[in-house]
Amino acid sequence: MADEALFLLLHNEMVTGVYKSADQGEVENGRCITKLENMGFRVGQGLIERFTKDTARFKDELDIMKFICKDFWTTIFKKQIDNLRTNHQGIYVLQDNKFRLLTQMSAGKQYLDHAPKYLAFTCGLIRGGLSNLGIKSIVTAEVSAMPACKFQVMIQKI
Amino acid sequence: MRKKNKNKNNKNLNASWLKPYSLLQNYPLYIRSIPAEQELKFHYTVHTSLDVVDEKVSAMGKALVDQRELYLGLLYPTEDYKVYGYVTNSKVKFVMVVDSSNTALRDNEIRSMFRKLHNSYTDVMCNPFYNPGDRIHSRAFDNMVTSMMVQVC
Repeated sequence: MADEALFLLLHNEMVTGVYKSADQGEVENGRCITKLENMGFRVGQGLIERFTKDTARFKDELDIMKFICKDFWTTIFKKQIDNLRTNHQGIYVLQDNKFRLLTQMSAGKQYLDHAPKYLAFTCGLIRGGLSNLGIKSIVTAEVSAMPACKFQVMIQKI
Repeated sequence: MRKKNKNKNNKNLNASWLKPYSLLQNYPLYIRSIPAEQELKFHYTVHTSLDVVDEKVSAMGKALVDQRELYLGLLYPTEDYKVYGYVTNSKVKFVMVVDSSNTALRDNEIRSMFRKLHNSYTDVMCNPFYNPGDRIHSRAFDNMVTSMMVQVC
């Protein structure tokens, strides 16, 4: 579908663009990843405002995480999160076995070290969405074999 | 400290007020009133109504969707106000204070006004020149609020 490709290609160009315009020092100390994550954060805030305009009020944290896994993910990536795990103490692991932004890259271990760059934006997306729903969190991502990846959300109790 | 309410819209229509409040710190995002000089008077009203808002939100559980109304009834001996509240999922609170003598305003009219406000707020959020947490300076938002207030006045 043409509209899926739009976001995917734009995202790839964004990552390339950020890295191209960065100085040498920035690439090394991860400033680029932070930039991408902050971009995702602001986008996530706006997105969640639009998506929750007509939905019912969320009962609790778990409800919010389920919303992220189902509706939020479906609207952005046209599929749901495959697996959600939690320890009920504020840590959630979202597993996507076929992450849309990585499927075009490889189907195994090739290009594995470049994967974090392409996950930063999505981490920010989740963090921004949660922050507008009233949840402060830290979101990290890891990939062991493309295109599957895991997003870990750590809720911070204020 | 945890809660912020952004007062977004304070609309005063013949002494009515709209205020959106953001979730975390309860400070106003936007205040508007007609007549404009009476704003300060309503600040207090709206702040106390925030407590009622919080009460309702925490008591709710499985109840309905976002909209709620709260009637504060007679606040001051001289004037009556009706205070309406609306909370979005992103914890932004809208507070509208309407003069009680304005009996033409019905429930579903208030609801539709809140819907319009919510829609406009969503548009403001998507504006790249708006940083979430700042006061709202968008003219489109202002115009929408003005047109709503004119309608009711």
